[in-house]
Amino acid sequence: MIELISANRCIKCDACVAACPDNVFDARPGELPIIARLDDCQTCFLCELYCPADALYVSPFKDLREQVDEQALIARGLLGSYRRALGWRGLKAGGTAGDLSHRLAEPDGTPHQS
Amino acid sequence: MIAVANEGVQLTTDILVLGGGPAGAWAAITAAESGAAVVLADKGRMGTSGATAAVNTAVIDVAPFSASRRQVLKRRLERGLGLARADWIESMVDETHLQLGRLATWGYEFPIDDRGQTYRGHLRGPDYMQTLRRRLHGLRVKLLEHSPALGLLMSDGEVAGGRGVARSGEPWTVRAGAVVVATGGCAFMSKALGTYGLTGDGLLMAAETGAVLSGMEFSGQYGVCHVAATVTKNLIYDWATFTDESGRKLEGEDIFELLARNLPLGPVYAIIDKATPAIQEGLRRGQSNIFLPLDRQGIDPFRQRFPVTLCYEGTVRGVGGLRIDAQGATSVPGLYAAGDAASREAIVGAVSGGGGPNSTWAIASGSWAGRSAATHAARLGRNANERKADPVECAGAPRESAIAPEDAASSISAAQAEMFPLERNFTRDEGTIRDSLHRLDATWRALLTARHVHQDRRLLCRSREAVAMLATARWIYASALKRRETRGIHRRRDHPKLSPAQSWRLEVGGFDRIIVEPAR
Repeated sequence: MIELISANRCIKCDACVAACPDNVFDARPGELPIIARLDDCQTCFLCELYCPADALYVSPFKDLREQVDEQALIARGLLGSYRRALGWRGLKAGGTAGDLSHRLAEPDGTPHQS
Repeated sequence: MIAVANEGVQLTTDILVLGGGPAGAWAAITAAESGAAVVLADKGRMGTSGATAAVNTAVIDVAPFSASRRQVLKRRLERGLGLARADWIESMVDETHLQLGRLATWGYEFPIDDRGQTYRGHLRGPDYMQTLRRRLHGLRVKLLEHSPALGLLMSDGEVAGGRGVARSGEPWTVRAGAVVVATGGCAFMSKALGTYGLTGDGLLMAAETGAVLSGMEFSGQYGVCHVAATVTKNLIYDWATFTDESGRKLEGEDIFELLARNLPLGPVYAIIDKATPAIQEGLRRGQSNIFLPLDRQGIDPFRQRFPVTLCYEGTVRGVGGLRIDAQGATSVPGLYAAGDAASREAIVGAVSGGGGPNSTWAIASGSWAGRSAATHAARLGRNANERKADPVECAGAPRESAIAPEDAASSISAAQAEMFPLERNFTRDEGTIRDSLHRLDATWRALLTARHVHQDRRLLCRSREAVAMLATARWIYASALKRRETRGIHRRRDHPKLSPAQSWRLEVGGFDRIIVEPAR
């Protein structure tokens, strides 16, 4: 579940509010968005991916709350880690050219799960 | 006419597409390319909604006349256990091959494989959906986002639009010459990755117009997942060893059967110890979302075992949905369906289409439905939206009143309690099916007398989701009762063998009284 909107990093762009497929956040004029419906968070990590400021952290646990400490997350390199793994920068998607999933394909070149 | 229908956003268009996953996007693209004006409404955001946006997916990319194409056809027919059809599989892969070529021209960068060739057999979900979104903008498709659909409009026996309420509470109504339902399958809010919004809404809306469903019994489908997490990605477990608490190695041909057999006995662990360094790098640099729940817990899956479970995936990675013809048309005029909202029996038969087949189907069936819907709307001509169109009667609860949130929540829990347990749904028998149906029917009847809340329109979405999931659960088990054999992902403990005499499809529909009938 989404556990952190960093007040230090958030630029109040509301990209997470727009990106969330499940209506978890509420935007507030001039303020940080709030996590309004945590129970509806499906732990899909997409708000984190769409945050250009690396201000969000989605804990991997779908039902359990996790106490998170922003400095510890930063020290472990976890804020923005999904974006970096994919190659997204700022508001720009990217990095599919480096996708090595073809290594997982079958010898005849057809995808592994076709 | 109810006052609500005259408030809020009122639009007229040629085609209304419900759902902004890949199938809906391809339907909107092909309809717009056919010259139609298109509105696409999505419960969330086009680009993050649906099972594809949160994941990576294989896609079947095979060239016409190639050996790979013959191989895919052979394999799918064998795996389909008598219900897959060669002509549908061929149309699907040929359509998809063309469309994947176009995806590259819209900016999706495919990688170069180790043989120096462009590899198009895999799509990275978030990037793929962003590319489709750009294409929709280029074609001036109007997006209604964070705008759940609640029902369809009909005019003289034909579907003529849809209506809903935005998350803000503002109602919307779209009059259209034709509607494409691409709302995905139903995973009963199990939180299997990306599926939370997939609650069978489109199946409900379509069935309310009289549309027929098919293949709903092929739904005993679960994904492998870390016990506390959501990433249901089965691919990685092809390189796994499973052990029990004591460290004893668990054996089995089929990982799902292995897990379903052992999970009731105690914890099961996986370690991805069979992946070579090249495969490990391939997984890391192709399937990075697999590692999110593991890295964040400090687990190295190649060296440490971690506890796994099976998470229900319903009809999203099962088979059933709205019955469509080869043009994407449902049994109701003006109503088309695509992607996981449609039955995939013709391409996967009785087995899961998770991974390559479903994503390939989304592209092909979306393209078919978009073109056919555009043709239908064009045939109606300019005056189509001057037809008198009325909202379709809602099943389960009156149209403009939401079930109280606590009643919706308890109905959803009631459906989940019948759908999630392995002993009810991974394998089934006449006793468990009848027992589940009995309780689901009682919950359905209770809905009709549930307390209603009128003042807050924002509650309507969850209310309709509850109705949709209950209806879907009942279609699933009513179909499962009728198929007295084991075939693919319909596993009957009391009929453990495939019965060649039952090589039919089962069509299902209705609400208060559900009807199931065999069809060839």
